[in-house]
Amino acid sequence: MLTSLRRKRGRRSARAALALCSAGALMLTAAGCGTDSGEADSGSPPPVTVKLPNLKGKQLQVTAVWTGTEQKNFTKVLSEFEKRTGAKVSFVPSGDDMAGFVGSKMAGGQPPDVALVGQVGVLREFAQKGWAKPVNDATKAELAKNFSKGWQELGSYKGKQYGVYFKVSNKSLIWYNTSAFAYAGAKEAKTWKEFLAQAQLISDSGTDPVSVGGADGWTLTDWFENVYLSQAGPEKYDLLAQHKIKWTDPSVKQALTTLAELWGAKGLLAGGRSGALQTAFPDSVVKAFSNAAEPDAAMVFEGDFAAANVSDAGAQLGSEAKVFPFPAVGKTAPVVTGGDVAVALKNSEASQALLTFLASPDAAHVWAQAGGFVSANRKLDLSVYPNEPLRKIAKAVIAAGDDFRFDMSDQAPASFGGKPAQGEWKALQDFLKNPKDVEGIQRQLERDAAKAYRN
Amino acid sequence: MSTATAGGAAAPGRATPAQVKDKKKKSITGTRLWVAGIFLLPALVLLGALVVYPIGYSVYRSLFDASGDGFVGLDNYREMFSDDATMTAIKNNIVWVIVAPSVATALGLIFAVLTERVRWGTAFKLIVFMPMAISMLAAGIIFRLVYEADPDRGVANAVWVSVHDTFNESPPFPGAHPRPDAGMTESSGGAFTTEATAKAGTPLSLPLVAAKRDDVSGAQDAKAAKPEAGKVTGTVWFDFTRGDRGEHNVLDKGEKALADVRIEAVKDGKVVAKTTSRADGTYTLPAKAEGAQLRLPAWNFGEPYNGVDWLGPSLVTPAIIGSYVWIWAGFAMVLIAAGLAGVPRELLEAARMDGANEWQVFRRVTVPLLAPVLSVVVVTLMINVLKIFDLVYIIAPGASQDEANVLALQLYQSSFGTDVNQGLGSAIAVFLLVFVAPVMFFNIRRIRRESRR
Repeated sequence: MLTSLRRKRGRRSARAALALCSAGALMLTAAGCGTDSGEADSGSPPPVTVKLPNLKGKQLQVTAVWTGTEQKNFTKVLSEFEKRTGAKVSFVPSGDDMAGFVGSKMAGGQPPDVALVGQVGVLREFAQKGWAKPVNDATKAELAKNFSKGWQELGSYKGKQYGVYFKVSNKSLIWYNTSAFAYAGAKEAKTWKEFLAQAQLISDSGTDPVSVGGADGWTLTDWFENVYLSQAGPEKYDLLAQHKIKWTDPSVKQALTTLAELWGAKGLLAGGRSGALQTAFPDSVVKAFSNAAEPDAAMVFEGDFAAANVSDAGAQLGSEAKVFPFPAVGKTAPVVTGGDVAVALKNSEASQALLTFLASPDAAHVWAQAGGFVSANRKLDLSVYPNEPLRKIAKAVIAAGDDFRFDMSDQAPASFGGKPAQGEWKALQDFLKNPKDVEGIQRQLERDAAKAYRN
Repeated sequence: MSTATAGGAAAPGRATPAQVKDKKKKSITGTRLWVAGIFLLPALVLLGALVVYPIGYSVYRSLFDASGDGFVGLDNYREMFSDDATMTAIKNNIVWVIVAPSVATALGLIFAVLTERVRWGTAFKLIVFMPMAISMLAAGIIFRLVYEADPDRGVANAVWVSVHDTFNESPPFPGAHPRPDAGMTESSGGAFTTEATAKAGTPLSLPLVAAKRDDVSGAQDAKAAKPEAGKVTGTVWFDFTRGDRGEHNVLDKGEKALADVRIEAVKDGKVVAKTTSRADGTYTLPAKAEGAQLRLPAWNFGEPYNGVDWLGPSLVTPAIIGSYVWIWAGFAMVLIAAGLAGVPRELLEAARMDGANEWQVFRRVTVPLLAPVLSVVVVTLMINVLKIFDLVYIIAPGASQDEANVLALQLYQSSFGTDVNQGLGSAIAVFLLVFVAPVMFFNIRRIRRESRR
């Protein structure tokens, strides 16, 4: 189940890359968008900020889930590394089941030198089994210089630094249809209250304001996570993610009640509550963007990967479709993220050097200007991003500092946070069905969580 | 294999059981037992490794916990029967095993009997049989689209809604309502009533918002109603201009009229007059309405009929069974048609000669003669249905997968993934085996009886 889920997300992000890339091309800024002219890099050459050892004659094997355009763009990063060090780097796609792929290679005694892992849980598992090797001082220095503490800690296990978060995604975004906003005279909302007011305004104008893909439980968990992170704060978020506080906690009640202000309101969800429950995530995007001039819905909430669906629906990113950060429910706006973390599986000079390179703005620069990529690297010049939405997404990630949090349901055991018709997915669907029953849903969540976490 | 040995036994000199017993060391065909054993060995090893061992291991595994280390006795079985999801699965499996084979067989029988009588019977049979050529997975995807809730995309609802809308007028402005400060209050059920009372000669305006853009886009611009002596007049319009620049609750230039809105004049809880708004949004009520409050009944704003929620919690299992029948009715039809070809014509003729009508011939002669074939079809389908998985897995959307759950799906859910209990999964597998056993037993007995015949 988890694999299939992962596959879904993987494919999504692959398409996101493609879409962002093509959108970038249309905006006349992107370079080398995975077409045949991929080599014609019209973008600026990356800055040289990091010193790398001479690795002439050394061989390196790198694995990641990326295929297609993402693989192509990542290969550009790797060839920049080859150019600077003289090492030979080969890329092997791992398929969707990274843990299984690396596990089988480990058993065969020939692991790849470096792997880029998509789940924080898998990284911890690798570290626990001793497969992952801690980073060296050069990488540590580079990390300290370029990344906020939160990202460093996310790549560490039991006090040791193992990973470098090379590519990240921002799951706290509201995509909106500009013509629906213009028609209603609505503005980008900064706070939850404003958000509800704008939603009401859009509803008055005759467009359903918010399209929710409730047939997919994971979109609902992302809604909850954003509201909860902003309202209850990062500390509580961590406690809840580890099930150290119960789902019957008052903070959960408050978050669900807040969510009910949107989900339970008349006329704010596209197709009403039952309509939302029957809408899969891709369809929820279609509702807002397929008829760009007069859409059925004005806004969709989801991460940067939604860009792919927006383009599939035929809307132009940056002109017809724009994005603003999830509104602040509490004091600050939430930043819920995902990301791919690079770990060394062999402790060699070359693999360590590659990690150092990936931690530098130089590496991020190469992929960022190709599009379909967001970096948490503070030193990366935001102007290299090929279009405005991407720049905004990246800006929000960096501005969050240490207050961002990793997707909570991705940290939970799969039977609670990762399977259809079970646990959190099912409970939040039931909540969407009946937003009045806050306490009943809390009890249901707690019961399922207790079973899944076995405590 | 069993038929081969049976044939071999029958051919040379018709050895009776008594004769076989005499030559103890030799088998019926005259070979030594150990030679026979050697020839049987590969099959036995394969069957043992691929069938007997997995069954035995599943039984064994079902007595252990998730990690496979701790012996838990019958706890997994207890957990299985106390789990709501599994209980729904068992209940659904029972529904499946009763409904799906009988409906598919009944349809197959009807098709078979009818196609025998029409000229293009073979072509018809071919068409009905065609879904058998589609994999369950593809059929699942097809039916997921067929049952799509949105009438613009799902065929089932498209038909249903167009039939419904032929007989019912659909509301003009779903979801529309006045602004909170427009001087109208919402009564229970979604109707809106003006706070002010109507006066003849002073137009009473009824501004609304949130009418869907689609419903409004083709409308005329709203006109301010002219005061008419002795009559109550006013305008119903869509009180929203592009960019929200217009003044609220005031008829601005370019704001659209809302036509066909039903308006009732209510005095002391009784409707004294009613009308509908014209194409320019204006309305006129007779003098009787003087002093009454105007009410916009809830019908105006009701949701358009969106058809049946096929994949919702209550209908999801019947809907999936429907798709199963679509696939397997053809199979039933072909088998029954073959059986029908073997039915002696003279019996049917004789019945007709004796004055039986067609229904009686069918009911009293054809069906009893077909009984062996029918039982083969039903039993085959029953075994097939008990292990149903793919259709349910694909068609049921996440929100109603719980309600559509079947044992094989529950087995899969609890056994595979990262955070699972294979002990529980094995227990479900064992239960499923026990469930299938009576049907298998019946089937084997029937085959034996037939080979003896």
